[in-house]
Amino acid sequence: MSAGMPVRRHWLPIGLEAERRLDTPRWLPLATLGVGLLVALLISGALLAIIGADPLLVLRHILIASFGSLGVLSDTLVKATPLMFTGLACAVAFRMRLWNIGAEGQLFLGAWGASAVVLVPMLPAGVSPFIVVPVMLVCGILAGALWGGIAGWLKARFGVNEIITTLMLNYIAIQWVRFWVFGPWSEGGFQLSRQFPREAWLPRLTDFASVVRDFAGLTVHLGLVIAIVCAVLVWFWLSRTRTGYEIRLIGDNPRAAHYAGIDIGRTVILVMLVSGGLAGLAGMTEVSGSVHRLQDGFSPGYGFTGVIIAYLARFNPFGVIVASIAFGGLILAGREIQPAGIPSMIQGIVLFCVISSDVLLRYRLRVVRR
Amino acid sequence: MNAEVILAAGIATGTILLFATIGEILTERSGVINLGVEGMMFVGALAGFRVGIEAGPWLGLVAAMAAGALLALLHAIVCIRFQADQIVSGLALTFLGMGVALVLGDGLAGSASTSALVPTITLPLLSQIPFLGPVMFTNQSALVYAGYVLVPVAALWITRTRPGLHLRAVGEAPSGADALGIDVARTRYRYTCIGGALVGLAGATITLAVTPGWYAAQTTSGLGWIAVGLVIFARWDPWRAIVGAYLIAVIRRLTLDLQGPPDLFGIPNPFFTYQPSTFFLNMLPYVIVILVLVLGSRSARRTGGGAPAALGIPFVRGERGQ
Repeated sequence: MSAGMPVRRHWLPIGLEAERRLDTPRWLPLATLGVGLLVALLISGALLAIIGADPLLVLRHILIASFGSLGVLSDTLVKATPLMFTGLACAVAFRMRLWNIGAEGQLFLGAWGASAVVLVPMLPAGVSPFIVVPVMLVCGILAGALWGGIAGWLKARFGVNEIITTLMLNYIAIQWVRFWVFGPWSEGGFQLSRQFPREAWLPRLTDFASVVRDFAGLTVHLGLVIAIVCAVLVWFWLSRTRTGYEIRLIGDNPRAAHYAGIDIGRTVILVMLVSGGLAGLAGMTEVSGSVHRLQDGFSPGYGFTGVIIAYLARFNPFGVIVASIAFGGLILAGREIQPAGIPSMIQGIVLFCVISSDVLLRYRLRVVRR
Repeated sequence: MNAEVILAAGIATGTILLFATIGEILTERSGVINLGVEGMMFVGALAGFRVGIEAGPWLGLVAAMAAGALLALLHAIVCIRFQADQIVSGLALTFLGMGVALVLGDGLAGSASTSALVPTITLPLLSQIPFLGPVMFTNQSALVYAGYVLVPVAALWITRTRPGLHLRAVGEAPSGADALGIDVARTRYRYTCIGGALVGLAGATITLAVTPGWYAAQTTSGLGWIAVGLVIFARWDPWRAIVGAYLIAVIRRLTLDLQGPPDLFGIPNPFFTYQPSTFFLNMLPYVIVILVLVLGSRSARRTGGGAPAALGIPFVRGERGQ
């Protein structure tokens, strides 16, 4: 049998035959995504049943623990916020088939850059939050962009594979943050910095509880709004500007892009800077909006989950928002799920099923008589 | 700080990288890129450890290879049958492998009993060789010797045998290979699984020989990803792989040894007096991987890098590669 299609099964009176699709209807990508997710759900459920858990109970637990009330919905959105940034970071790079697997490291660097504003300190004490927060935003973006840019430059200048460099930079970034939180910025020898002063916090809904009483306890912060704004900007950049067109062209057909005179090396660096900056924002909003200090291991792999989110969203910035909320819920509920590997396992299964379902975009399956 | 001890320990750790790198080289030579090395290594480490403490080290190794091959088979089905993106499938495999290993390894954490370890061997004559003897042939795990043997076998297999010729044909020119009657899909399935088995073996080398025990998420500490980088450094050649694997492993080992003594070359050791600075030492292996790839890039460009021409491209009979 040759590679891949067609599928032939002669031991049944009817069979399944695949033929190449010539055109793709508009509804199809969403439908195959649905099929992929459904299969992922079934496989995950079966695996959970094998290891002795009740899949329906786990699903119910996840839904209640992450979307069951206004309070937990707010917590889900807090978890979803960094995922939106890392998802966008991956989507931008992947659209060009540039495999930035380093959103995790860029996130750590962004968090470090933002923390440096407070902990060095770069601004005198008691400065208005309207100055502190923007400076932290800029420093977070710059630090993340620097980390992404290194990989971009190495790729453009030396042709070094970006998957390896971004991954190695992840490990380096984590050690770098460890040095600061164990060393110069350690509070009393613990592996975390002192808490940031209030002017370095992103405003949360609960901060306005004196105005709207229902906001009390809701920790959703301004980072969510920034993430949505970024999604709109990324969408506009990719689909409505000349650079965005060039990125898409390089992604679809690098040779054609080269002959069209597009400077691929320059675009690689630019996209890695933007991608790193977005991931850096994830780190900044997380330390400023949620953790309020720099500490070791503050990310449960947001950067890696961003890879899956970008894929689920098919690189669409608005899809990233939706997928992030779903995964935010999974991460929130997953903290209580034992053993600890289950969320990672489910993420792997989802990714497998979604990319496998893409085969339905290229082939039409027909039932035939034998 | 004894050079012989550091090199001997480096070679032991290097064996992990060596198995994984050779495995990935065989997979990629067939035109399939499998980035799930870290995940397969993880599952191999767990399978080896778990079966090892129950049924002895040898069955542990078999279980680890089977587990690695099984995950690789999943990757092969998704990439060859469904023609999905190999990069993303590999990433999915990493997530899946880590998740599965953490789930099955829940509550296992701890070190292995000595009965579960792969025995160490001192070779009678070779261990007498000055310097090389104590480094390479004294009290090394049987797996280290397997590594010595694997390199020439893999190299000769790829370059000097008929199946190796078919392997290269499928990776370089699948349409031509297909026209000659070589089953492209079957060859790719086969070498993806063989590669996975070797990566699984690398995982068991961690838990049953080099650092015996199961340390949950810390077990592989990025070694799988380093192996992926080493494949590029090695330019898909087993002989270069052994150099890279041992080099990186010796550096990793050196960073541990540098933290021990209070004095280095007569001056106070900064890594001893100020603990946080050891984090810079921990970065070193990863920095070296990047540096090595940068330094290798110039000659790699001149020679085309040595990457199989059809690497990462699904083969469909009668269609041009994308």
